[in-house]
Amino acid sequence: MSPAASPGTRPGASPGTGPAPVDPGLRHRLAERGVDARLLLLVPGLVFVLGLFVYPFLYGLGLSFQPARGGGPFADYQRFFSDTFQRDTIGKTLWLAVPAALFNVLASVPVAYRMRGRFRGKRLLTTVLVVPITLGTVLTAEGLLNFLGPAGWLNRALLGLGLVDEPVGLIQNYWGVFFSLVISGFPFAFLLILSYLSGIDPTLERAAATLGAGWWQRFRRVTLPLLVPGLATTFCLTFVLAFSVFPSAYLVGDPTGETRVISIAAYEAAYQANDYPFGSTIAMIMGAVELAVIGVVLLWRSRFYVGTTGGKGA
Amino acid sequence: MTDAAFRELRLDGVGRRFGDTDALVGLDLTIRQGEFIALLGPSGCGKSTALNCLAGLLPLTAGSIWQDDRRIDVLPPERRGFGMVFQNYALFPHLTVRRNIEFGLQMRRLPKADVVRRTAAAVALVHLEEHAGKLPGQLSGGQQQRVAIARAVVLEPSLVLMDEPLSNLDAKLRLEMRTEIRRLHQSLGLTTVYVTHDQEEALSMADRLVVLRAGRVQQIGTAEELHARPRTWHVADFMGFRNLFPASVVEVSAERVVVDAGGLRFAGVPAEPVTVGDWVAVGVRPEDLLVVPDGGAAADGASSAGSAGSAGVLTATVSVVEYQGREFAVEVRTTAGLRLHVRTPARLVPGDGVTLRVEADRLLVFPGGDHLPPATAPLGENTGDGGGAGSGPDVVDVRGRGSALVPQETP
Repeated sequence: MSPAASPGTRPGASPGTGPAPVDPGLRHRLAERGVDARLLLLVPGLVFVLGLFVYPFLYGLGLSFQPARGGGPFADYQRFFSDTFQRDTIGKTLWLAVPAALFNVLASVPVAYRMRGRFRGKRLLTTVLVVPITLGTVLTAEGLLNFLGPAGWLNRALLGLGLVDEPVGLIQNYWGVFFSLVISGFPFAFLLILSYLSGIDPTLERAAATLGAGWWQRFRRVTLPLLVPGLATTFCLTFVLAFSVFPSAYLVGDPTGETRVISIAAYEAAYQANDYPFGSTIAMIMGAVELAVIGVVLLWRSRFYVGTTGGKGA
Repeated sequence: MTDAAFRELRLDGVGRRFGDTDALVGLDLTIRQGEFIALLGPSGCGKSTALNCLAGLLPLTAGSIWQDDRRIDVLPPERRGFGMVFQNYALFPHLTVRRNIEFGLQMRRLPKADVVRRTAAAVALVHLEEHAGKLPGQLSGGQQQRVAIARAVVLEPSLVLMDEPLSNLDAKLRLEMRTEIRRLHQSLGLTTVYVTHDQEEALSMADRLVVLRAGRVQQIGTAEELHARPRTWHVADFMGFRNLFPASVVEVSAERVVVDAGGLRFAGVPAEPVTVGDWVAVGVRPEDLLVVPDGGAAADGASSAGSAGSAGVLTATVSVVEYQGREFAVEVRTTAGLRLHVRTPARLVPGDGVTLRVEADRLLVFPGGDHLPPATAPLGENTGDGGGAGSGPDVVDVRGRGSALVPQETP
């Protein structure tokens, strides 16, 4: 903002020196503050953000204060929090998203740690681990139904082996959605953490080894502290992805019961009850909960060292 | 730490392969307690590989390492108890200077009081008291270097390994740290293995030097030995023998050989026995080529004016002059096209004719082996360097062929 303010003030400030030298001087000063023609490259991105994010967000925010049923600007918020059926969606979504994001991050660490060096077949293994990202939720859900469903391979195998007497319920409930979130979220977390890990200078662990640290101490005392900021960021991103879970909550979950997540509540309000303001209210609440969780995580992250880790990616 | 001390550390045929390439072959070396050993060689010669093998960071593919009677090459790095200083220092960026230095002590689970006391002593040793609470990123290169050294020596390791620790510092700091490292080595009674590509550093610091080339040991000896008696011309190249050129042996007597380089005859000392007809490499330091004032030359080498003077005397034309403070570094070219480097206090200008003399004692003759230093003649065609007047168009290849490869001919 401050660079934008200076062109207004400069010409007025220096009329005494004559008009001629002002122009190149001004341009030079602006360029030093990063204001030059290259700034125009930001325009497409800016238009995109303003048009597709800021405007709809503000529109929705405004809408949420104009309840369709009247009763003051906060009526829809009161309505959400006074109705257990609606209010519980926050807990249900968190109960899905936080464990799923945690699992994705924690499971990625050992895999990425093992895979950070160079070895034969690394590319193939990485590809295999990353493929689920390309599948999309619906395909994943269909796979889960085929594999984990009551008549799926897993249950047939378990029944055939006599390990269980009746099919294990792994879909159309909490676990179905959880698996779906892991399948789509893990590759994402893995890729991010792999890049964070390869940004840590490998000589640091070698130095620790010469100082007498065994592998666990090397990881615990050197690599992990340097990785924490990356873990926090990765957690935030996978958490946000998981928190907005919608299709799989319907397809492999129990959308009227334990996986009635907050996005389902918003969808029902807006498109089944045609109460747009209430839908917006729920969306705003959803955003607030996400921000709160991210805020907590970043607060925790700020207690750790954040800076160069010496490696190529840093 | 007396439990880790040793009388000698023996490397027995240590080798390391990477795929199909030998990075290090058959390194035999015995390091005595208290010694300062420098591994010297150009980049890619295997010196860092040797150090990493010693530290346990690279498994050996051949040979063994013995600490007195204990075989240690099978131990992981954390159980060898060696301190290591890395080229990029490898300080833990998230720990303060003090915590970096404490790290090794904590890994040994020493009592808290001991950790505090020894850390404080190490911090004081490298004069970083004021910076003990800072993160490595807030320190200058030289300070980081000192932290790395303090971190390695605080454990009083039986052996300190240093991998080109000064290569990232500027010239002045490098000189200071060189003295500092040598001082620590002596005052703490350390045993040090130091990797460098800088022969001056190695000569000034080390008790013994190991010169490596292409993964193989060229020579092991004290600084004086290597400086005065390099065994191969590759070692000589590292020891300041800037004038290295091929020649053939024409005469062998008790302690002298006479060689012929494109018509020029020199008497010299053989580094290894040679026989008449051998292709050899001839090495002379620039400071051992003496510039004879032009007047005196006539009396000295009167019988043979021109380039084919009596043994040890030659005439040449100055082609490049570099000012180097007290002296000038001068490049001259003989009529046969041989380029030589000379140091002289005399103020010469390109185009001057000079007469040079070299004492037979100062001219070393090395057996050729597979490779000889490249003949300098083909470069003689480049007349753009100011001394063009002296060199004729019929520049003679000193060895009569362009290739540096010489067939093994034993008459």
